[in-house]
Amino acid sequence: MTEPPTPAHSPKRSTVRSLLRIWPYARPIRWYLAGSTASAMVASLAGLLIPLVLKQIVDGPVSKHDSSGLWWPAALLLVLGLAEALFFGLRRWMLARPLSGVERTMRADLYARLQRLPVTFHDRWASGQLLSRATSDMFTIRLFLAFPLVFLIVNSMVFLVGIAIMFALDWQLAVIAVLPAAPLIMLCSYFERRYSAAARLAQDQNGDLATIVEESVLGIRILKAFGRHRTMAQRFRAQARELRGTELNKARLLANLWAVIVGLPELALGTALAVGVVQVAHDTTTAGTLVAFLSTALALRWPVESLGWLLAYSNEAATATDRFFEVLDAPLADADDVVTATGPDSRPDSDIRDGIRFEGVRFRYPDAPADTPDLLQGVDLHIRHGETMALVGTTGSGKTSMTALLPRLYDPSAGRITLDGADITALSRGRLRELVSVAFEEPTLFSASVRENVLMGAPDADDAALQRALDVAQAQFVRALPQGVDTQVGEQGLSLSGGQRQRLALARAVVGAPDFLVLDDPLSALDVHTEALVEQALRRVLAGTTALVVAHRPSTVLLADRVAMLVDGRIAAVGTHHELLETSPAYRELMSGERVPA
Amino acid sequence: MNDTGTVLAGPRPTARHSNDPEAAVEAETLDEATLVEEQEQLSGADQPLTEPEPPAAVAEGEDIPVPPGAPRALLRSLMGPHRKRIVLAVLMIVFQQAALQVGPLLVSVAIDRGIPALRGHDAGPLIAVTAGYLGCAAVATLLQRWFIRLSGLINQDILLDMRRRIFRHAQLLSLDFHERYTSGRIISRATSDVDAVRELLNEGLQELLSVALQIVYISGLLLVLDWRLGLVSVASAVPVFLLQRSYRLRSKNIYRRSRTAVATVIVRFTETMNGIRPVQAFRREEANDASFGVPNAEYAKSNADSMISMARFVCSARVTANVWIIGVVLWGAYLVAGRELELGVLAAFVLYLRRLFDPIDQLAMFVNGYQSAAAALEKIAGLLAHEPSVPEPVEAVPLPETPEHARPGATTGGREILFDRVGFSYRTGKQVLPEFSLRIPAGQSVAVVGATGAGKSTLAKLLARFYDPTGGRVLLDGVDLRELATAELRKGVVMVTQESFLFSGTVADNIAVGRPGAGREEVEAAARAIGAHGFISELPEGYDTDVRKRGGRISAGQRQLVAFARALLADPAVLILDEATSSLDVPGERAVQEAMRTVLAGRTAVIIAHRLSTVEIADRVLVMEQGRIVEDGTPTDLIAGTGRFSRLHEAWRDSLV
Repeated sequence: MTEPPTPAHSPKRSTVRSLLRIWPYARPIRWYLAGSTASAMVASLAGLLIPLVLKQIVDGPVSKHDSSGLWWPAALLLVLGLAEALFFGLRRWMLARPLSGVERTMRADLYARLQRLPVTFHDRWASGQLLSRATSDMFTIRLFLAFPLVFLIVNSMVFLVGIAIMFALDWQLAVIAVLPAAPLIMLCSYFERRYSAAARLAQDQNGDLATIVEESVLGIRILKAFGRHRTMAQRFRAQARELRGTELNKARLLANLWAVIVGLPELALGTALAVGVVQVAHDTTTAGTLVAFLSTALALRWPVESLGWLLAYSNEAATATDRFFEVLDAPLADADDVVTATGPDSRPDSDIRDGIRFEGVRFRYPDAPADTPDLLQGVDLHIRHGETMALVGTTGSGKTSMTALLPRLYDPSAGRITLDGADITALSRGRLRELVSVAFEEPTLFSASVRENVLMGAPDADDAALQRALDVAQAQFVRALPQGVDTQVGEQGLSLSGGQRQRLALARAVVGAPDFLVLDDPLSALDVHTEALVEQALRRVLAGTTALVVAHRPSTVLLADRVAMLVDGRIAAVGTHHELLETSPAYRELMSGERVPA
Repeated sequence: MNDTGTVLAGPRPTARHSNDPEAAVEAETLDEATLVEEQEQLSGADQPLTEPEPPAAVAEGEDIPVPPGAPRALLRSLMGPHRKRIVLAVLMIVFQQAALQVGPLLVSVAIDRGIPALRGHDAGPLIAVTAGYLGCAAVATLLQRWFIRLSGLINQDILLDMRRRIFRHAQLLSLDFHERYTSGRIISRATSDVDAVRELLNEGLQELLSVALQIVYISGLLLVLDWRLGLVSVASAVPVFLLQRSYRLRSKNIYRRSRTAVATVIVRFTETMNGIRPVQAFRREEANDASFGVPNAEYAKSNADSMISMARFVCSARVTANVWIIGVVLWGAYLVAGRELELGVLAAFVLYLRRLFDPIDQLAMFVNGYQSAAAALEKIAGLLAHEPSVPEPVEAVPLPETPEHARPGATTGGREILFDRVGFSYRTGKQVLPEFSLRIPAGQSVAVVGATGAGKSTLAKLLARFYDPTGGRVLLDGVDLRELATAELRKGVVMVTQESFLFSGTVADNIAVGRPGAGREEVEAAARAIGAHGFISELPEGYDTDVRKRGGRISAGQRQLVAFARALLADPAVLILDEATSSLDVPGERAVQEAMRTVLAGRTAVIIAHRLSTVEIADRVLVMEQGRIVEDGTPTDLIAGTGRFSRLHEAWRDSLV
């Protein structure tokens, strides 16, 4: 799951270029962003001015021991204090909803895109990798817009204004106080860089650890059956120790970083204090100025310290953006489709009742090693209109892959497939998949009610159709579920047995009375008795449709009118079950398991 | 800083559980298909069925109960071994904060003493103050550095310990727990929940300590400097504390909502990505966009709420703080003007007061981190507090040595199995297996047939000690399974399920799970024996092909062959095969059966199959119906008879060629 994605990474762009790509999403909230930045600026400046007013108080009324002169500066102080608080609040409040909206839109776009990317894309990418893009990366981007973006601007301004104030107060002290700023920023960004490298390593190791946890839980039956949890625990411990080492390294870097952040400014302040006192003693400056100066210098510590992590965070956000666009830039499944017929009339000409034709179809998985032969090496097969064709072949011969070509989950590398005379690449994918209905070998149910899961196959079908489909699949057990067809199943609902899931998947495939039906070993998880009942019902459905049925056993083969045998990537023989039994020793062996003497 | 921290702790992928029927063993009882004699009876399948129970998956939220005090006890036991180092770390931060807070005090001394002295041409006080200031800065810096290193060490050791405990415990918990709790949740306990605790340990606790100490020190200093002003300043803690509390309560609810929303987002997302084939084949894209939009919007809303709630807190706390500061300063100025207070003291007050209220934002972030860590710790504690229902024996008994076992290099001989008045019910009290007794002599191969839900799998799981019987005992060569240590038990009994899960690593690694340390020849021999050698050697890198990498596309049937080879390599005395050939084609199944004839010789075997072909290699057949063994005999006898098996067999033979 945590396997790093294999797809070629686009060359690393600059942080700024990457971040600029967020703009289309940030554009609708640009005024909020500007407002938030302005608010933060006002608040920060107010905070910066407070020490100046304090200076006025100390130098003026206080040193003159005149309490009546306090009121004006006091009122000013109150205004500044309130402004600081309210504008900082306003800044956050203003962005809250718009920013969540941006994150939401980006996530929705990512999800929508992923759904429409070709299956080959999903083959290459572990779902965990995709998930982290939809969750933590989105979060990083939202946070970037909320803090680093705003504060990079605001803190730079505050820093400049603060320095200006300090220079205005006492340029000599200001030079001393500002001196450490340059090395501070440099050291901070040096440590941040090394720290983020260590952090990335820790993240990867964390992912590996998660993989071990995942496997130990998913394979718990095997581990228990063989009493192997100790071996697994050892692997886990080794991995966890490695992670601990990296984390300790992170802590060491952090310790150094903080030592710099705390140490350098204090050093400068101590020096400034000594020099300032000397100046006051020589009456070149006032005590009030010294106080104002020191508190301004203190107020500037945060903008300086923050620059390091603001930059590091921007870097992280840039990576998150790149990861986001890796998905959004991937070509859609129908990117290079040439749909000649679109709209409602895209149905293959119903007058030509030609059934399904595979013509010279070759296929290999895009990620197959280069030196392996094609999986399908020129398949020619004609399934006549209304006919049910069984597809047999040894394990791994490419039967399932062949069924995946019909709804265009994969495209053949050569050759063509036609439905009632129309090339399937000339149909829109939506239309094609409306025509072709599939029951997969692996019956997947989604977190939804039984009704929704079954009616996926035909959104417009009514309750009667639902009942018929459930009856065909012998899925009467549904009625005994707590809420009948409205019971939630899938990851977030009741978990069903393999046989039950398989029957629902079968019901899903047949519910819309599709023109073309593909069943991939649809009865493998059923016991003999249920299998017989499903077969009986299925026969009626198959009578009204053109079907391709992958079969492992004679009982399933008997559902079909004819049988096609896939050998070495080609159709080696086509005929009825009995014909093939008589003429093909290979078929006999496949069906009976008895090795026929050559 | 905590904001950055949580990013790293972003939700991790929850894994989906494998699509094997085993995962839903309890729901299996829902299956209406009972092995009945007449068709008519079955066609009346709408008869009131067994009550659907127990719900196999518990909705997120209604987690397993956490015993009161468990989170705290867990924390104590995790921190216990590090007590000394923790004390040392706390002392460091105590001194570090002390050194850091002395600064403004020295400023006040410099102004009040240093300036007059300097005017009198005495640089002594100024030099002393400056040296003191720089010294304190140096001490604070060094202590900060050491503290981070030491606390890093403590945190990592605690986390390592916690991770290992979760892992070990999850492995010890029985299968029925795993089936109920779902894999995704166990995984998130060991990953994202640990991360939440880590964030708190790494950032939060240090921050909280610093903030608390800062407040204490500054308050103390202020009181010493001038008790009147000091008292008024310290009193500001009351409104800030009240604000903080109301924020904490508000954010707790928001946090919960947000966790639920993000969990739904994750489930929907993973489900779609893992089921991308049916999603595309059934044109679910648009409907999914809509249904994904609901939790996505809910998550966005709770995020916004949490930001707004934080804005409210930060704003109101700042207003309070600023007004308070102004009040204190004004009063101080009034006092100085009236010559009741020294100027330097007021200067120190001004500097300290700003510092006193600096940590308000940190406090808000800490509250957030604490909230999530507390929730996580509670969940972890709940998992760890769950007693394994299939515990290890306190005093393990070894299996008796039989002459065959003593013989060096001997393939393990079989062992006798005895179910002694065994019964099994679910926790809910629903009976699955009524009390029964059954003896399987050493070396016998027994086939168990019957419809889904007849209790075959439960029987096998009792024998493999995936469950313990609710009544009676299961004996292996006279020893109760509950008295055998896991290692000893697995030398005796191995179960191959139709589970097709492969661990990451090479094909050879996966086979070697059966016997770690087995050489390549042994692995190959096992694969050859079961007829898996052919397809494995055709893989791009043969036995060294990584099953998770390019080219490692291994079909369901092939995975079952790997599972078989794994079991052969384990070389157990008793072999249980539960639907182990369901995905094989006929020749594959036939090859396995051929191999089984030799493999099973001398072993005790229990074979469960939907398909009757398996029966041919068995010495004895048990027919099960609704938890009872209704027929028992040799295959030939039963086929010749007129019972259920005979009819079943006939129907099956008809379905063949």
